[in-house]
Amino acid sequence: MWLNMEIKNEFEPEITAFYCTYCGYMAADSAGAMNLPYPANVKFIRLPCTGKIDVRYILEAFEQGADSVYIVACPIGNCHHVSGNERGVARLKYAQKILEDIGFEKERLGIFFMSGSQAQTFAAAAQTMTERTRNLGPNPLREPSLNGGTTD
Amino acid sequence: MIVAEQKSLDEIKGLVGDAENVLVVGCGTCVTVCFAGGEKEADIIASSLRMSSKLEGHPQNVRSVTVQRQCEWEYLDQIETEINEADLVLSLGCGIGVQAIAEHYPESWVVPGLNTTFLGIPEEQGVWAERCAACGDCILGLTGGICPIARCSKSLLNGPCGGSEQGHCEINPDVPCAWQLIYDRLNEKGKLHVLLDLQPPKDWSSSRDGGPRKIVRPDLRLLEEED
Repeated sequence: MWLNMEIKNEFEPEITAFYCTYCGYMAADSAGAMNLPYPANVKFIRLPCTGKIDVRYILEAFEQGADSVYIVACPIGNCHHVSGNERGVARLKYAQKILEDIGFEKERLGIFFMSGSQAQTFAAAAQTMTERTRNLGPNPLREPSLNGGTTD
Repeated sequence: MIVAEQKSLDEIKGLVGDAENVLVVGCGTCVTVCFAGGEKEADIIASSLRMSSKLEGHPQNVRSVTVQRQCEWEYLDQIETEINEADLVLSLGCGIGVQAIAEHYPESWVVPGLNTTFLGIPEEQGVWAERCAACGDCILGLTGGICPIARCSKSLLNGPCGGSEQGHCEINPDVPCAWQLIYDRLNEKGKLHVLLDLQPPKDWSSSRDGGPRKIVRPDLRLLEEED
């Protein structure tokens, strides 16, 4: 008996996200504790604070093939390090300008603010960015690969 | 410090052209402090060039290296291998650094990634302002430490002019009138009488107006047997 299999070649985004040790990581932890599902497309990198975001990290993520990048930060006014998240926002805007000069869509880079208990927001951010990236398409630096796929 | 700012990526790409192996050289001194050409900026420009060249269908091999100061031969000696391996060198140093690389490595083709702008001070984080014109004949002792050559739009020696209005220069309301600043400073110190000594017309021969300048210190030069 043969199984009828139809493999769909769909683009599955590869997303890199930077989160801070405080609100960002705690929101991720909360989402995990509540068993909230969110897309596995997102790979996280933890920073002590979003003020540690360096434009080089963002560019390196794209150069290594990330389809989009986003930051998860404490809400403005509630940064554990007072104003690190504001520095992160300023650097993100600077990085967006550089990405536009290079020829990337600035929508591939974003930031989401949430507190440590906002597990739903954390999952929603991952979902939002994954869908946005799916619409934008793969990183223009790489050829779309036959990754992912479903069987019927 | 020397203050510079980066050229646009478009202009840099035009200067780099289609060179296959590009070396971006950063500088660890003045242009690091004004965030124009330090190690981070060199890495960012290198990444930007790699990514944009790949997007445009002709990937370029771009690497970056940073030296402590581009304006000294001993520091440039350290990157001889990298310079020789490159088809084109993009210097993120000030104009001095660009020329130093070109002079020290005459076989290489060097292009500038920055516009060297002025000698100035970081007034606050993220803001740099001109303070010195390198005129070669410093009169700061007569003006309470405020330079009329660099900070007065007309470089007046016996200002202010009739364009000084409410403490601002007529060319731009954001530019303070240097002579108002000088007057206020000397007034605070009780030294207004200094302004009664009118200054004669400036001898500009010590400035760039007198041609390219050079200073030689015989006491510091290496003796022949030390070379």
